[in-house]
Amino acid sequence: MADMRVSFAGVDFKNPVTVASGTFAFGREYAEYYDLSRLGGICVKGLTPLPRGGNPSPRIAETPMGMLNSVGLQNPGVDAFIRDELPFLRGFDTKIIANISAPTPEDYALMAAKLSDAGVDMIEINVSCPNVRAGGMAFGVTCEGAASVTAAVKKASSVPVMTKLSPNVTDIAEIARACEDAGADALSLINTLLGMKIDPATGVPILANNTGGLSGPAVLPVAVRMVWQAASAVKIPVMGMGGVSRAEDAAEMIWAGASLVSVGTATLADPYAPVKVLEGLEKFLDEHGLTLEGMKGRVKLH
Amino acid sequence: MADATVVRSFALTDKIHSLTLELPGEASPGQFLHVACGDGLLLRRPISICDAGDGAMRIVFEVKGEGTRRLAAAKEGDVLDVLGPLGHGFEAPEKGRVLLVGGGLGAAPMLLAAKKFDCDAALGFPTAERVMLLDEFAPRVGRLDVATDDGTYGKKGFVTGLVEGRLGDYAAIMACGPEPMLRALAKVCAGAPLQVSMERRMGCGVGACLVCAVKLTDGSVVRACKDGPVFRAEEVDWNG
Repeated sequence: MADMRVSFAGVDFKNPVTVASGTFAFGREYAEYYDLSRLGGICVKGLTPLPRGGNPSPRIAETPMGMLNSVGLQNPGVDAFIRDELPFLRGFDTKIIANISAPTPEDYALMAAKLSDAGVDMIEINVSCPNVRAGGMAFGVTCEGAASVTAAVKKASSVPVMTKLSPNVTDIAEIARACEDAGADALSLINTLLGMKIDPATGVPILANNTGGLSGPAVLPVAVRMVWQAASAVKIPVMGMGGVSRAEDAAEMIWAGASLVSVGTATLADPYAPVKVLEGLEKFLDEHGLTLEGMKGRVKLH
Repeated sequence: MADATVVRSFALTDKIHSLTLELPGEASPGQFLHVACGDGLLLRRPISICDAGDGAMRIVFEVKGEGTRRLAAAKEGDVLDVLGPLGHGFEAPEKGRVLLVGGGLGAAPMLLAAKKFDCDAALGFPTAERVMLLDEFAPRVGRLDVATDDGTYGKKGFVTGLVEGRLGDYAAIMACGPEPMLRALAKVCAGAPLQVSMERRMGCGVGACLVCAVKLTDGSVVRACKDGPVFRAEEVDWNG
């Protein structure tokens, strides 16, 4: 049996399969389907300093092998998360990663301090949400923006911090290096690709927000390429995500340089997708005589 | 999640299809099945349960895009990947009669409600060619009124016209239909115990992805798939 344990930025994950922020809420819904302790980690729904109602409906549109969403960071706020949701999540033997967004680096830092005190295992800095005006992707598309938030959070946090990168940039390696230099303990990528879908008959965009974030199998090759570019540019570990729905997709991510993989949109179609990816990956490694360490970042380039 | 074998598949009207699936268990009126459409189509389609019992559940849906076209092409013996029943359905009153109000495709889930409650029904359709399920409602309800927008069947006008003036007779009014109809009905039924089934584009169907948002009058934003799809009409922010 392949060794599935992964030490990631000093945090010991029992296996490399996590669930991506925004696709798993705070775990309660999927706990009705399986034991969350089977997962390596849970990246919780994106939190903000205060509760947010999110964007108007429709917030979802299906696209070829993918979907667009424009939820707009609907969440109960960081304090309600710590009070109402974290104790439930702590009942499972899995790593809890708090995903945070805020309008200023100082607000990010305040949230990080609260959450690390409350006992999450890691902080994931969301500087890549394409669906909100203030904060979100605005920080993630420049080296200065991503670095300023990363530095502020790193200073305030007593647990490892991971910056979640936007794919909507020209040079992902440059941003990855800026985050590493600013003190990030890890990187996660990719967030969604900014997209748009228009009703061909009426000319009206399907999403009430007009644009939204593209995810699902359609983005997998983009994500693999960007994980490879980012992981090659830094020494800190990388969590790879974007279109992972099968064990083979996870394997691609690992060859490209990911230490952990995250399953997101696939869970929306099949609640069991993260568990299937995990079990499939274990089998895949055994069948091919591969190990996680042996594959990680060792893509055999032409 | 279950593999459900199709036991019956037929067109109800030119655009509306009926599928009966082998699925054991109970379903409340207003609950839905989240049905996968096969390779290449990522998202499941949420479809209200039209009838349930004897080890089967029936769904009735409009053939609108590629996904529903594929579902409508399902033949007896085909197997569909189904999640559910999901969602929070209509709530029975402690006692008293129920008025069921269905608009167009919204008539479908009211058929299951008709089986469970002591009720009358008022159904509205755009035109005579779209009228459906009447012979199945008839044995399950006391009084059955039908309207069409163009007057080609039953009373001319909207379904709201069928319910005005008789609301006092009912302990609960339950409605499903297009949102403009529900909004109009909420006005007509102001003060009456109206429950509405809200339609939204959905993602996960289980309450995790937050795409099927419904805004309530208290400012909160809830999930059609998990907190609904049935809500009390006075809770819903109709301008939200």
